[in-house]
Amino acid sequence: MATIWDADEVKSSRASGRESGYTLPAVARPVTARNRRRLGPGPAIPFGLQIGPALLVLLWVAGSAFGWIDPRILSAPWTVIEAFARLIEQGRLQDNFVTSATRALLGLSIGLVIGTILAVTAGLSRIGEALIDGPVQIKRAIPTLALIPLLILWFGIGEGMKVTTIALAVIIPIYIHTHNALRSIDSRYVELAETLRMSQKDFIFQVVLPGALPGFLLGLRFAVTLCWVSLVVVEQINATSGLGYMIELARNYGQTDVILVGLVVYVLLGLVSDGLVRLLERRVLSWRRTLAN
Amino acid sequence: MAPHPSQLKSASRTVHVRNLMRRFAAKTILNRVDLDIAEGEFVALLGRSGSGKSTFLKALAGLDHDVEGTGTLEAPENLSVVFQDARLLPWRTVIQNVTLGLQGAAGQEAGRKALAEVGLEGREAAWPNQLSGGEQQRVALARSLVRQPSLLLADEPFGALDALTRLKMHDLLRELCARHRPAVLLVTHDVDEAISLADRILVLDDGHLIENLRIDLPTPRDHGDPRFAKIRTQLLSRLGVETPGRRAA
Ligand SMILES: Nc1ncnc2c1ncn2[C@@H]1O[C@H](COP(=O)(O)OP(=O)(O)OP(=O)(O)O)[C@@H](O)[C@H]1O
Ligand SMILES: [Mg+2]
Repeated sequence: MATIWDADEVKSSRASGRESGYTLPAVARPVTARNRRRLGPGPAIPFGLQIGPALLVLLWVAGSAFGWIDPRILSAPWTVIEAFARLIEQGRLQDNFVTSATRALLGLSIGLVIGTILAVTAGLSRIGEALIDGPVQIKRAIPTLALIPLLILWFGIGEGMKVTTIALAVIIPIYIHTHNALRSIDSRYVELAETLRMSQKDFIFQVVLPGALPGFLLGLRFAVTLCWVSLVVVEQINATSGLGYMIELARNYGQTDVILVGLVVYVLLGLVSDGLVRLLERRVLSWRRTLAN
Repeated sequence: MAPHPSQLKSASRTVHVRNLMRRFAAKTILNRVDLDIAEGEFVALLGRSGSGKSTFLKALAGLDHDVEGTGTLEAPENLSVVFQDARLLPWRTVIQNVTLGLQGAAGQEAGRKALAEVGLEGREAAWPNQLSGGEQQRVALARSLVRQPSLLLADEPFGALDALTRLKMHDLLRELCARHRPAVLLVTHDVDEAISLADRILVLDDGHLIENLRIDLPTPRDHGDPRFAKIRTQLLSRLGVETPGRRAA
């Protein structure tokens, strides 16, 4: 390399000067090597993902401290923290949290099981597909919100209605992604399984299901997000307990700080559950990680 | 020339093909193809791109479900296929790939032995995409041999490898075949590969086998041997490629 690019030494030292910022430690770029223009966005900034949110919080703190933000519009961070402490002390936050989390988990689990069973049935047999795929596609076209009046008539306004709404919402992404993954198994693997004279059972458990796992996990991530969205909707429409109810009540009394506490809890729930699914993904799809590095 | 394959006794025949026809839509790809392969015989199949080599191989492997065709076709149930891509399941480890569909501890043991034979001892727990292309193709070889096939079908198995790795794979394949003695049908584009490995070379053209050439050179075969060069010239002309020697003539 060095001898080939000797003639470019002047040029390359200029180029490496251009990149002497955060991109790479100096050792990695010998001066004599010509720098190719880098097309990707470059290496990641440490804690890059945290910078944006931290900036927003900083703005919030500053805005509240200097009185730029009307507390009736947006409570100050410390007011929110106080409200947080107060709600925990009264036990209201924990109670409502447990109620909401139970609903969400129950709805998610039921939807997950049903969605997976439907997808596998439709994915592995033509008869199953003929019976199941149409109805699911029709259900997919109906917004979950639009079903709530009907579900209230059927199940009343109790837990049954709420869990059913969440489950119905969750079924769709699980079904769509799992079914799609099952149907798009590479035909080369089917050929392979045939030449190895694999049994139907081996073919399903060694080739089809593991091959569809990435699709299922993608569906799961969408499902978790949808699960929280549906939870918020059912709790704000008709509830006497839960985080959504707490927020609704706070709105009636103009307690911005309590509303914010509720929102922060939603954020944490969303982030934690997404993190859990990703962790699961990394565990189960460890064969994929080798591609990335 | 050696006795015509059809004169072989059926007892020692591994593959028996008569009048094989295969067509896609209006296009006849294989037209009345006859072929016998003896037990343990190594046959290479050459032909221009699109001449129907893969079609023929798939017919032998029983993989051409929806292809129109007629003819007699006898091939052993116990056959293995090596594809151009290694075709390993990325979500199964190397050893799991080798023993796919095999049962029990005996299968595991055989799998480990087969991996050792292709020089991949100790890589049992690796994921396929942690291996190089050549190593992946060796796993694919181990996977076919672990089943002790009486017929090995290979469709350009080394086509995606670099020249150096390919030469090493030739040695490995020769060695494995000498030990396990399956009958082999090797589809390849590489005339030298065919000459250095095969007992007999076929050329497929326009739906017919237009060449059936027994190679009697001693093994291992020297590419510099004038007889080697003569066979190469003959085959290349059958494939419609002019060689410098001929052009000068
Ligand atoms: N599924 C198919 N449907 C229609 N035509 C096909 C199909 N498969 C192959 N063919 C045609 O049949 C002919 C023979 O194909 P085949 O794959 O057997 O060629 P090949 O000799 O293996 O070529 P190559 O050396 O490039 O792999 C080609 O003209 C191809 O276009
Ligand atoms: Mg081919």
